[in-house]
Amino acid sequence: MATLANYLIVSGLLFSVGLAGVLLRRNILIIFMGLELMLNAANLSLVAFSRFNLGQDGFPDYNAQVFVFFVITVAAAEVAVGLAIIVALYRARQTTHVEDLDTLKF
Amino acid sequence: MSLALFWIFAAITLASAVGVVFFRSPVSAAMSLVMAFVGLAALFVTLDAFFIGVVQVLVYAGAVMVLFLFIIMLLDLRADERRPVKLAAWAGGGAVVGGFMAVLVQVVGSLPALQQTKPALANPAVNDVAMVGFALFRNFNLPFQVIGVLLLVATIGVVVLSRRELK
Repeated sequence: MATLANYLIVSGLLFSVGLAGVLLRRNILIIFMGLELMLNAANLSLVAFSRFNLGQDGFPDYNAQVFVFFVITVAAAEVAVGLAIIVALYRARQTTHVEDLDTLKF
Repeated sequence: MSLALFWIFAAITLASAVGVVFFRSPVSAAMSLVMAFVGLAALFVTLDAFFIGVVQVLVYAGAVMVLFLFIIMLLDLRADERRPVKLAAWAGGGAVVGGFMAVLVQVVGSLPALQQTKPALANPAVNDVAMVGFALFRNFNLPFQVIGVLLLVATIGVVVLSRRELK
């Protein structure tokens, strides 16, 4: 049987891969995908904690799963708005490469 | 059996996530992300969270990734051309990620409470969707309606953002 520590390590690895994608890639769409990976890593640890800490009645903590449901909903709204911003950006600048967007650079 | 399935799905998820970071073509990265989301849904099912697993496939592997692929097609993105690699960025990124993993492994390994295996459910045939629904509509009714307003605002915002001339 997998332990809670196993799930937390997998969740941490997934978060690290997403973070690496945000830090290392220069394409703004891939950076966005890295953000989604990090959100999903957080969801995995929430569900793992809900399953391993049963309530008095012997059922998982469903409040955590409702929280994950909310996170997924907000993430879906965030993806829609973020991609609309990327499309508007592409119309204005014809690029999705973050190093070409240096107007605010000192 | 359960342990083997856990490691198989964890390996699929992590390998696909690494693919997202390292594939040069945006379409390959997006398809790799779909695979990572499906593997994650399987991990949710190994945790008896069937509702969350199904929602993961429907919302993420379905709706969100279709949106991503649609935008990639709309912008007609090609594979990134090779630009000079910034050594400082790679060193900094590697240090942050490596430091985070080192702290996590140290903390998780030092807590005996985390070494427990899955406790048995009171009733293994529990109706997962009904239980989540009860929690959602009894305890979290107001946040549920607020999230509906959030989705409406996001929809209107996307329509405004996508208009051709932004004033």
